[in-house]
Order: sequence, then structure tokens, then C-alpha cells
Amino acid sequence: MATETLAPPVDEATTGTGMALRAYRYWTLRYRRTWRGTIVISVANPLLFLVAMGLGLGRLIGPDTAVLGGVGYLAFFAPGMLAAASMQNGIIEAAFPVAWSRRPGGAYPVAAGTPLEPEDILHGHLLFMTLRVLTSAAAFLVVMVAFGAAMSPLVALALPAATLTGMAFALPSAAWAVTLTDVGPVGGVFKWVVMPLYLFSGTFFAVEQLPEALRPVVYVTPLWHGVELCRTLSLGTATWPTSLVHIAYLAALTGVGYLVARRNYRRHLHA
Amino acid sequence: MSSAHLIVLRHLWVLRHGRPWNLVVNGIFEPFLYLLSVGIGIGQLVDDGATGGATTRYAAFVAPALLATSAMNSAVNETTNNAWWRVRFDKLYDAIVTTPMRIADIAVGEIAASVLRSTLSATCFFVVIVALGMVHSWWAVLAVPAAVLIAFAFSAAGLAAATYIRDPHHHQYLQLCMLPMFLFATTFYPLSVYPTGVQPVVAALPLYQSIELLRGLTTGHLGLGMVGATAYLLVMGVGGVWLANRRLSGMLLT
Repeated sequence: MATETLAPPVDEATTGTGMALRAYRYWTLRYRRTWRGTIVISVANPLLFLVAMGLGLGRLIGPDTAVLGGVGYLAFFAPGMLAAASMQNGIIEAAFPVAWSRRPGGAYPVAAGTPLEPEDILHGHLLFMTLRVLTSAAAFLVVMVAFGAAMSPLVALALPAATLTGMAFALPSAAWAVTLTDVGPVGGVFKWVVMPLYLFSGTFFAVEQLPEALRPVVYVTPLWHGVELCRTLSLGTATWPTSLVHIAYLAALTGVGYLVARRNYRRHLHA
Repeated sequence: MSSAHLIVLRHLWVLRHGRPWNLVVNGIFEPFLYLLSVGIGIGQLVDDGATGGATTRYAAFVAPALLATSAMNSAVNETTNNAWWRVRFDKLYDAIVTTPMRIADIAVGEIAASVLRSTLSATCFFVVIVALGMVHSWWAVLAVPAAVLIAFAFSAAGLAAATYIRDPHHHQYLQLCMLPMFLFATTFYPLSVYPTGVQPVVAALPLYQSIELLRGLTTGHLGLGMVGATAYLLVMGVGGVWLANRRLSGMLLT
């Protein structure tokens, strides 16, 4: 199935990026047939949370919002949700499809039987993951701005920030998922890793509300850095030093994830 | 003589090597996290008067709603994912209908097994919220029977809905019903937050009725609406059993 759609037009480059683009085209072709199912979880889900929590719950929040930085609950919650949804989309796009594709007879081993190198397969898939995280974040951002939840024009920079957050989770997920022989453990990661991060990384309430001892735990979680980066950009309170720390943390995670993924792809697809 | 119990015994037999505490942990982990994050985290920000009665802390307001949601989720997941798999893929019941068992027994048995599982996790979550001091009334002794009723209504409706699923990605559409219900059926804030025109729509949701019932029991604010909620859930469950039975009769080899 995969090879059919990748049948080479003669005039195309057969090296490097050209090969990766073939793997990418496989994923976009597939997506054209399956996008309906993904809309529910990657777009409807965060938007429903935005309406329910930001607008509905926001009405119960008392007049004293000093701990939220002195803004309304919607303005506080929306950028946090943007980062959390990007994390979720990054993992959804990386973990399940990668674990599923690397089964015997799946898209990966089949592609590895062609002149595509494991790196090409990885690069093509990464490009597609980036596209998915980026477009979902863009959809969310448009609604967020329409709701008046953004406080600063800097919010435009929240789009690359959210995408980086998503990829900081997607790359390590892909690096791990390609080593699996069964998709079972992926569900466990959602339950034991994604959900706790989602609920306690400063998305729904400020980290300052947690007991002093627990705060450092939150500060080391990557999602908190993504949330802070998106939130300070949306509120217009971003400063260079803190933003650079957040970006460096997320970029490091992405970079290390990439290196490990490249090694694992080669090991598991050309075994 | 009904043999629906044989289905329940069959599922228990299949699960005999599974660890029961796995089911419990899976059932209560997510609502427990929500309770901590939303109930306690956001609870610090909420003006207590807003949730009806200054005596009700926000966490105590959210806890019964999460209990209802947990009963709903495990009931619907069991009958839509697991039972769907058995009917459509394993073709388990195509063999059973050639025995003296009737299709109605299969439907009732599946629903009973789902209720059993859902009740197990709901009971454990109830113990957690009692231990956390989020229950303020002796009426709460009725919360577990109420959770059984909720599990029944949603299991039956879930099984009926599952017979319409032809393709695995249709499960997404079920999520599209359950997630908005979770978020909007007064789980996190009272009905009065909504504009007057929207309130009847929210009140018509089965999860709203379930939450009303449990919230009344755990906070001790009883009302006539709880009788209505009980009737609503009973009708939904009986209707679900009837429809599931009818649909399965059309699907299985007979």
C-alpha cells in the first residue's frame, strides 16, 4: 500500500530531502483519508475545554486574581491550554502512528525495503508531525484571539512556541515508540504521563498555588516551560532571559529526542 | 429461564487472570487527578458562594460530578469498545446464538457485566471522596445504588449505540458526545452559569441528570428533581436494553 503511493516519478531527486519528501507524501495522502477522525481529538477537544473552562468556570473565579497574574481566568487558561493541547497532539501524532507503522508489514518496514533510508523515513514523518501540531495550534490560536483571550500582539509568537512544545514531546515519543513491538504501552503513557502533566503543569491553575515543596517538580516538567512561554507571550509579559531559558529547555529536548530517534530508527528498521 | 448471567460468568472467567485492582486503578485514576487539579487547584480561586450554599466547598461540589462521570465513562467504554469488539470482530455471539441462549440474554448479560465493572470503580472512587471529607450528608449511603443506576442507563445506551458502529474510527464520534457532556453537564459549575435559553438543553443531558442525583445525595440538598432524574435514567436504561436487543437480533446470525 505504502509503496504504491510512493511510486517514483522519474524526474524527482532520489537523494536526501527528495527521499524524505516521499515518506512525507505517504503521510499526507493517508491523512487525506483519515482527517475526520483526528479533528475530534486534536481540534474539538481543546476548543471544548477552552469554552467550558475559560468561559464557564471563569465566571466562578473570585475577584482576587493576583495569583493568576491579575488577569481574567480565560486569559490565564487559554495559552496554557494551547501548550497542553500541543503536547497532546505531538504525542498523539508521534507515539501511536510510529508504534503502529513499525510492526511487521507496517508502513516503516515496507518503506525500509525501498531505497529510503531510516533517516528519510524519520524526516518525512517528522515533517508531517510538525505540520499537524502547527495547524492544530493555529486553529486553536485563531479561536483564542477571537474570544479576546490574547492580551498582546506577541501572541503571534505563541504559534512557533506551541509548535516547539509539541515537538519537544513528539521527538522523544517517536524515539521511544519505534522500539516498541506492541502499541499497548502507548495507552499507559497517556494515562500515567500525559494526564498528570496536563492537569498539574500550571495549565488549569498557577504553580504558585501548589505547596512550596512541589513547585520544583513542576519546574522541571517540559510542559510547564511550554505553558509559561505561551502564556507570557499571550499576556505580553515575556522577557528575554526567561523566554530563552524556556526555549533552550524545549529545544534541547527536541534535539536529544532527534538524535536518539535517528539512532533507534536505524537500529530497528535496518535490523 | 434467562441465562444472561452466563455472559457475566464468561467475562469473569476470561478476566480470571487479570488483576481486579487494575480495573479499579484504571477506573479511579483519572477522576482522582481531576479532583486534585480542578477541585483543589481551581477551588482555591473560586468564590464558595458561587456553587450554591456557602457550606459547599468547591471540591465537594465537583466530587459527585466526577463520580457520575467516572460511572458513565467506564460503562460506555465497556459496552462500546469491549462489547463492540466481541460482537463485530471476535464474532463471539454468532456461536452463542446457536445454543439455547437467546439474544436478549446476550444483551442483558453484556449490560450486567458492564454495570458490575462500572459499579466496582464507582464504589472505589466514592470511598476516596468520603476519605477526603468531600461528602456532607448521610444520604450519601444511597450514592452507590445511584451509581449502579447511572451505570445501567449508560451501559444500555452504550450497547445500543455500539451496534451502529461499523468502523473503528466511528468511536471518535462517541467521544464527541461524551467529552462535551463531561465538560458542560454542570460538572465544574452550576446550571445558573448558562443563559436561560441554554439551561433546558443542558438539563436534558443524561449526565446532567446523573450529576443532579449524586450531587443531591452527597451534599444533602435533596429536591424533587432527583425523582425526575431517577425516572429519566430508568427510562434511558430500559429503552437502551430494548434497542440493543432489537439491533443485535438484526446483526447476529439467526
